[in-house]
Amino acid sequence: MGSVARVSGPVVIAEGLENAKMFDVVRVGSLGLVGEIIRLVGGTATVQVYEDTTGVRPGDPIETTGQALSVELGPGLLKSIYDGVQRPLDVLKQNLGDFITRGFVAPALNETTRWEFTPTAAVGSKVGPGAILGTVQETPLILHKIMVPPGVEGTLEALRAGSFTIREEIGAIQGPSGRVPLFLAQKWVVRVPRPVREKLAPGIPLITGQRVIDTFFPVAKGGTACIPGPFGSGKTVTQQQLAKWSDSDVVVYVGCGERGNEMTEVLATFPSLQDPKSKRPLMERTILIANTSNMPVAAREASVYTGITIAEYYRDMGYDVALMADSTSRWAEAMREISGRLEEMPGEEGYPAYLGRRVAEFYERAGRVITLSPEGRTGSVTVVGAVSPPGGDFSEPVSQNTLRVARVFWALDASLASRRHFPSINWLQSYSLYAGDLEPYYQAQVAKEFGNLRQKALETLQKEAELQEIVQLVGVDALPEREKGILDVARMLREDYLQQSAYDDVDTYTSITKQYRMLRAILGFGDREQEAIGKGASVTQLQGLPVRQKLSRMKWIPEADLKAQFDAVENEMRDSVQTLTAASGGA
Amino acid sequence: MAAGGATPPKDRAVPIEYRTIDRVSGPLLFVRDVANAAYGEIVEIQLPNGERRQGQVLDSRKGLAIVQVFGATMGMNVEQTSVKFLGEVAQLPVSDELLGRVFNGLGEPRDGGPKIASEQRLEIVGNSMNPYSREEPSEFIQTGISSIDVMNTLVRGQKLPIFSGAGLPHNQIAAQLVRQAKLRDSSENFAVVFAALGITSEEANFFLKEFESTGALERAVVFLNLSSDPSMERVITPRMALTAAEFLAYERDMHILVILTDMTNYCEALREVASAREEVPGRRGYPGYMYTDLATIYERAGKIHGRKGSITQIPILTMPADDVTHPIPDLTGYITEGQIYVSRDLQRRGVYPPIDVLPSLSRLMNQGIGKGRTRDDHRGVTDQLFAAYATGKDQRALSAIVGEESLTPIDRIYLKVADRFEAEFVNQRPDEDRTIDQSLAIAWDILSDLPDSELKRIKPEFIQKYRVARAARP
Repeated sequence: MGSVARVSGPVVIAEGLENAKMFDVVRVGSLGLVGEIIRLVGGTATVQVYEDTTGVRPGDPIETTGQALSVELGPGLLKSIYDGVQRPLDVLKQNLGDFITRGFVAPALNETTRWEFTPTAAVGSKVGPGAILGTVQETPLILHKIMVPPGVEGTLEALRAGSFTIREEIGAIQGPSGRVPLFLAQKWVVRVPRPVREKLAPGIPLITGQRVIDTFFPVAKGGTACIPGPFGSGKTVTQQQLAKWSDSDVVVYVGCGERGNEMTEVLATFPSLQDPKSKRPLMERTILIANTSNMPVAAREASVYTGITIAEYYRDMGYDVALMADSTSRWAEAMREISGRLEEMPGEEGYPAYLGRRVAEFYERAGRVITLSPEGRTGSVTVVGAVSPPGGDFSEPVSQNTLRVARVFWALDASLASRRHFPSINWLQSYSLYAGDLEPYYQAQVAKEFGNLRQKALETLQKEAELQEIVQLVGVDALPEREKGILDVARMLREDYLQQSAYDDVDTYTSITKQYRMLRAILGFGDREQEAIGKGASVTQLQGLPVRQKLSRMKWIPEADLKAQFDAVENEMRDSVQTLTAASGGA
Repeated sequence: MAAGGATPPKDRAVPIEYRTIDRVSGPLLFVRDVANAAYGEIVEIQLPNGERRQGQVLDSRKGLAIVQVFGATMGMNVEQTSVKFLGEVAQLPVSDELLGRVFNGLGEPRDGGPKIASEQRLEIVGNSMNPYSREEPSEFIQTGISSIDVMNTLVRGQKLPIFSGAGLPHNQIAAQLVRQAKLRDSSENFAVVFAALGITSEEANFFLKEFESTGALERAVVFLNLSSDPSMERVITPRMALTAAEFLAYERDMHILVILTDMTNYCEALREVASAREEVPGRRGYPGYMYTDLATIYERAGKIHGRKGSITQIPILTMPADDVTHPIPDLTGYITEGQIYVSRDLQRRGVYPPIDVLPSLSRLMNQGIGKGRTRDDHRGVTDQLFAAYATGKDQRALSAIVGEESLTPIDRIYLKVADRFEAEFVNQRPDEDRTIDQSLAIAWDILSDLPDSELKRIKPEFIQKYRVARAARP
């Protein structure tokens, strides 16, 4: 038991904690505020407190729990909404009302819910870390696999079927150091990555239903992506679209230092949205972590670790997990704030010198892996981090440190956003280092020519940017007809393909097959346009064709009726361009 | 019980008075030999001439408390000035009497009226609202201003700042909002909470006269911290105002519109405290925790499940040198749910309100518009207007270089659409209160200049339904 020596905002300095270890969780003052030790000098410990410290005085008691900050992992995680240190917000509401008062501790998982446990492992067999003991149907979408915790091995001495709470023993393992009881839940320290056997190379795309992402800048399952952009450029909408439509099994959405109403929007919309594959409510595969901007800053720092540890746990079961962190800049700022209070020597722009390392360590916890398990299950954690650069300037430290480690860069562009081109991902600045790795998958699963189409579309857009510079000087009329044709196709690509409305029922999700057909149709029109121009037709004539309106409405073709409708559009396109060419060629 | 925080344990029956001031530095007092001041505790300072001022503990360690003085430190000395630690955090007495009153930045009457006599006192640094308790804002507020209603719709419970610059008519716009804002069809239980943060007495008088002439003053709570008042008061004025707003919204079921002007002055005051404490400065000398600090103000807008009232916030800030990347507008934009951008360019061309819709944004508009709320075609019309106006502005820039003749026919239409959009849609009289249908009618009249094939953002059925027929199409 120590005592408080100094209080300054979220940082408390305590004396008399000789036995405490780094990163131990402590309870501060008579209210028992939760904090974590971040510096030790002799018996003096510096503590970052996860709750508001108003009212704490020098001399107040401070007590260490002897344990590092950890999360509880087990059935009941899905559909939950937590704060940054895994306190369930719905339970807080029941107990505290609409405003969060301090010093309240609530178990992360419901301790009274009974789960039907079906054992699959045989009693008497040798089991090691990651071995599956049995299953619990957590939600209709997700079968929760109860695993042997890392570091535990031995002979399975007992295992019972039946309905259990997370606090009841389901069996035991006789290990080298004695009997280890087994439960439905286990604990893990958030700052330490859960161990894996091996990391795998990326090879499968995370299909998101967003055309600009899937087609042009795809992210692999187990990959890392970042979305930097100024405010109002659509970071949050993009993140939410990924959370809604990506084909991962489990989604962990971390609202880190962002708006309260945005979390409300997720809470209000997710239960009524259906997973495109299973038609079940999206909430059944989602875990929300909400540490909004007005909640304590230290818990914001912890929230991304809480999120990724939960993601790793589901990965270990063999699931593909997507983690959205919105926004990592707030996390970095929380680090900066704490570092400033510690009076550490600042690095760039006041951020601590260890910013780059922390960012890299966080993204490194993504990956497609072979888990610790006898059968070598694979699972993945994909990390998509939003970055909020001040003033939209990507040269600032958080953006730069993130770009060094994230392999996909979706650059959001304020000028696109202001003309309501959404998603406002700039097609000239963005990149995906996975495009090559994923090429074989697209060839096999979508179409042989998909990669070529993508390349051609990107070239057209690049060419447009060059031509636009000329147009700025001499006007569009001075361009030859062929180049006007290129501008025409590029405009179709921008308006009819890249733009996608998150708020339209059909347009919000485009399957990869539909993406292929749309791209093929637009580029197909471009080819015919160039042909027709060669034979004397003008771009204005081609723009006047009625089929052009059908092309611009392709995004509203329902998924159920793809082939017939696209074939019809392509046929009409061929015929009408032919008729036009014949007419102008004949003249 | 609304947002009141946890009171620090009152383990001292009698407040202890210290005469051990070590140092006075800017707005800070360093008090020695203080056994255990609580972080955030309120202190009362008595000057040698008998005057009393308030302050708050910013840093507390064994034997030393750093106190931030609300007000000037002028006249304080180290010998005779005494500091009394009151054992409580800053509070505001609340009751129905708040309405119609004018207070200073510390919540003391400024209108010559009596003090608010109330048993109920709320702590001004509220606990944070549980995100799980929030209700999604979705009720459309009609402001009568087309560039807001159609393009950047305001909904109840939103925080939507006005980004402006020196010499721009943000005050007129705010006054017009207060006058005209209403739900489409409901009788109101509506009130205004107005916090002046370091604005001039002229500006303050403009608002007070405006409230008086429209009768809004009876249903307003006004907190005035003028530019001549101590800047340190500004640090707590917005929290006083929001505490009053929360009381009226969550305990009296009222719909509150909070106007905070000018947030730039608030941030300057924050910087003053930080530099007096010799903290490591962040961007442009503003403290690194300014984002968190602003969030604790802005995030106090919203609606709560099961409670009738709501708090809608319209903070006003003037961007230094019209620079939107300056830390104050930048951090604000990252917290608020959009922004209304007042443009000098439009102002110069005589457009009122000079709202540039392109950099403006309302993040919550989608929940507030559409069938049953505004009109079924609203989303499409908005998107189309944004796209058309952006294209038209590009053509305007282009025609300045290459001449209007070298534009294609369709580009010339876009140019005209942009001109009409500014002159007929954005431009309106300060007393003109347009209904959403009137605004949409103007929008369709302008959009109908474009051929159908250009209206890609609007569903065909709506084009059929709303397009204005033209005798001769250009």
